[in-house]
Amino acid sequence: MADAADNPSPKGDNRPALALHVPEPKSRPGDPVDFSELDIPEAGSQPRPDEGAKPEDMKDLAYGLVRVLGDDNKAHGPWDPKLDPETLRTMLGHMALTRAFDERMFRGQRQGKTSFYMKCTGEEATSISAAMALASDDMVFPSYRQQGILIARGYPLIEMINQIYSNKGDKLKGRQLPIMYSSREHSFFSISGNLATQTPQAVGWAMASAIKGDSRIAATWVGEGSTAEGDFHSACTFATVYNAPVILNVINNQWAISSFSGFAGSERTTFAARALGYGLAGLRVDGNDALACFAAQQWAANRARANQGPTLIEYFTYRAEGHSTSDDPSGYRSAQEREEWPLGDPVMRLKNHLIAIGEWDEERQEKMDLEAAELVKKTTKEAEKNGILGHGLHHPFHTMFEDVFEELPWHLKEQAEQATRERITKFGSERPDA
Amino acid sequence: MSTDVKTDASAEAQAERRINMIEAINEALDIMLERDDDVIVMGEDVGYFGGVFRCTAGLQEKHGKTRVFDTPISECGIIGVAVGMGAYGLRPVPEIQFADYIYPGLDQLISEAARLRYRSATEYIAPMTVRSPFGGGIFGGQTHSQSPESIFTHVSGLKTVIPSTPYDAKGLLISCIEDNDPVIFFEPKRIYNGPFSGFYDKPVEPWKKHKDSVVPEGYYKIPLGKARTVQEGEALTVLAYGTMVHVAEAVCREKGVDADILDLRTLVPLDIEAIEASVKKTGRCLIVHEATRTSGFGSELSALVTERCFYHLEAPVERVTGFDTPYPHSLEWAYFPGPVRIGEAIDKILKD
Repeated sequence: MADAADNPSPKGDNRPALALHVPEPKSRPGDPVDFSELDIPEAGSQPRPDEGAKPEDMKDLAYGLVRVLGDDNKAHGPWDPKLDPETLRTMLGHMALTRAFDERMFRGQRQGKTSFYMKCTGEEATSISAAMALASDDMVFPSYRQQGILIARGYPLIEMINQIYSNKGDKLKGRQLPIMYSSREHSFFSISGNLATQTPQAVGWAMASAIKGDSRIAATWVGEGSTAEGDFHSACTFATVYNAPVILNVINNQWAISSFSGFAGSERTTFAARALGYGLAGLRVDGNDALACFAAQQWAANRARANQGPTLIEYFTYRAEGHSTSDDPSGYRSAQEREEWPLGDPVMRLKNHLIAIGEWDEERQEKMDLEAAELVKKTTKEAEKNGILGHGLHHPFHTMFEDVFEELPWHLKEQAEQATRERITKFGSERPDA
Repeated sequence: MSTDVKTDASAEAQAERRINMIEAINEALDIMLERDDDVIVMGEDVGYFGGVFRCTAGLQEKHGKTRVFDTPISECGIIGVAVGMGAYGLRPVPEIQFADYIYPGLDQLISEAARLRYRSATEYIAPMTVRSPFGGGIFGGQTHSQSPESIFTHVSGLKTVIPSTPYDAKGLLISCIEDNDPVIFFEPKRIYNGPFSGFYDKPVEPWKKHKDSVVPEGYYKIPLGKARTVQEGEALTVLAYGTMVHVAEAVCREKGVDADILDLRTLVPLDIEAIEASVKKTGRCLIVHEATRTSGFGSELSALVTERCFYHLEAPVERVTGFDTPYPHSLEWAYFPGPVRIGEAIDKILKD
């Protein structure tokens, strides 16, 4: 026992030696897992306060877990958003398509068609259900794991694949790493590799909307690991100071690459509870419960729209797959974690709910999954006509120099001419497809 | 009665109206707030109080607190929300109180503002102007004197602009605010109230006595990317910006050197034509800046001049800069690239 009194400080006095705590996850590769300590309340047991509630009057919600879908696959309690079956099936369809897309793109990377990919398996509800609760012109500032938003907003799959392949159809002109999408038309902000930078930007966008007397709100998504960035603190501070109409979504999927959430501070408190220190409304939600995700986002959207202020929502979920195609999670966590994750799988839970209310069946699910896979496959083939990474079908060389500034300054003109000369020397032509 | 007097004298008063750099900056902001509803001015202490240097005095009262407002002390937040405002369609003009404190906002500037147009293929832009007082010569010590311009000139996608007169400050700032690219606008705080000769033991003249403090009322622009010829000469070319324009000018005057002095005004994009034309004419080049020497903007200038004017050069290109140390407090005048250092460099260049 490292009792303080038994262990005097080597510095020479009687003060006890200090000890650094370095967080350690409960299980590592090969270990059995035990999630029994997780406090998972009954579905429907959380109260739903008025959307104008003061943050200090809803503290329990920052430490609890809003759940709607129970073990009986039925919707329970005041957070039930009471969505019609058609909406639920649409939601399930977006999830099926997102999952099929992830599967195919992951394989595409393994086949060398692109350099990189990131799945969102297990987290589909946190983007799809949440996005469906927003208006289509509410501005979203996502991180790299919210492809579900694009799918929910009807962004063409072929645009996503062209971007992933960096081919000549890529509207980002092959400048961005795969999955760093951008679509102004879909009110989807350009994704950056630099973590959490989008959070103060979302707040600024929301402030702008308020300055202009607009009615649109902003929402941002950030992983629990990235909440440790200074930008997230800035975002929370500015959001509260200016009562910005913004929703700060924290996706707590337990892992930031190889670091478990303890390295972002989860051993002592919840991420939703951080809201309280800023005077923000804080909600902690079962992130694998599509109905709870929808309901929480809708609550926060209504609050923001009514000028009642920003909300921080923690979605408690699990990153079922590796961090990216460059990551192997078997190097740092137990494989059993995924199998035994007590909140299950968001797609299965929504499917089972639809079946439980008599609005769905296994046959239709199977057909839906098949159609999703077929659609992705067909679109992939179509995108491949525009080229895959490294096979020559890319944008012309001079496009590399465009859009650094609105106009090309002299030094970039000179460099563009140089690149063109180099191309002609190497290939005898200026045209990439010649 | 006073109205009559104003009317009578308006034409002449307009022509001869002299203001300092702070007033010029204030006017530029006022005009742009008036002309464009999307212009937003924000930063630490810029709202009610009007800024620690008074550059935003009166603007909140005139334009309202949703157009001109105070922010939390968070440079990362100030720049970050400005990027978001730009994405919405506003034209934010954030202030960073001292350039020495811009570093917490660097990730937002370098990774976000500078790259946004490029990475989104023009879907989103960051039409923002970050104003920040910079430079030394005011006993500001380590954290109120720095000249970090080369950090920004090294970033693709950022423009860097530095005025040296009230006339330029107003015209350049208006251009920056209207520019659709993110601009770093560094204000040499040493010359906010009057041009500084570098002869720190002599009294400082106020702007009122300088020709470039005659500033038209109302809107006018000075294009970015164009240098200003401070004086024409044949003996050597001096490339400078900010406070050092005035110091170099005073030294040349004292020494009776017939220098061709260029105030670069915009570092990116740079007026390479003006530089080439001048150096090819004089055959000699002196570069002067306050910032530390190693990897300072002078290195870029020196390389460009050497590459492009090599066969016209009659002497090595010289750089007079701050030393490669943090900016000291008590030894300010030993650090500052003042008349002695500049004078020696000129002698060396002209000797060859």
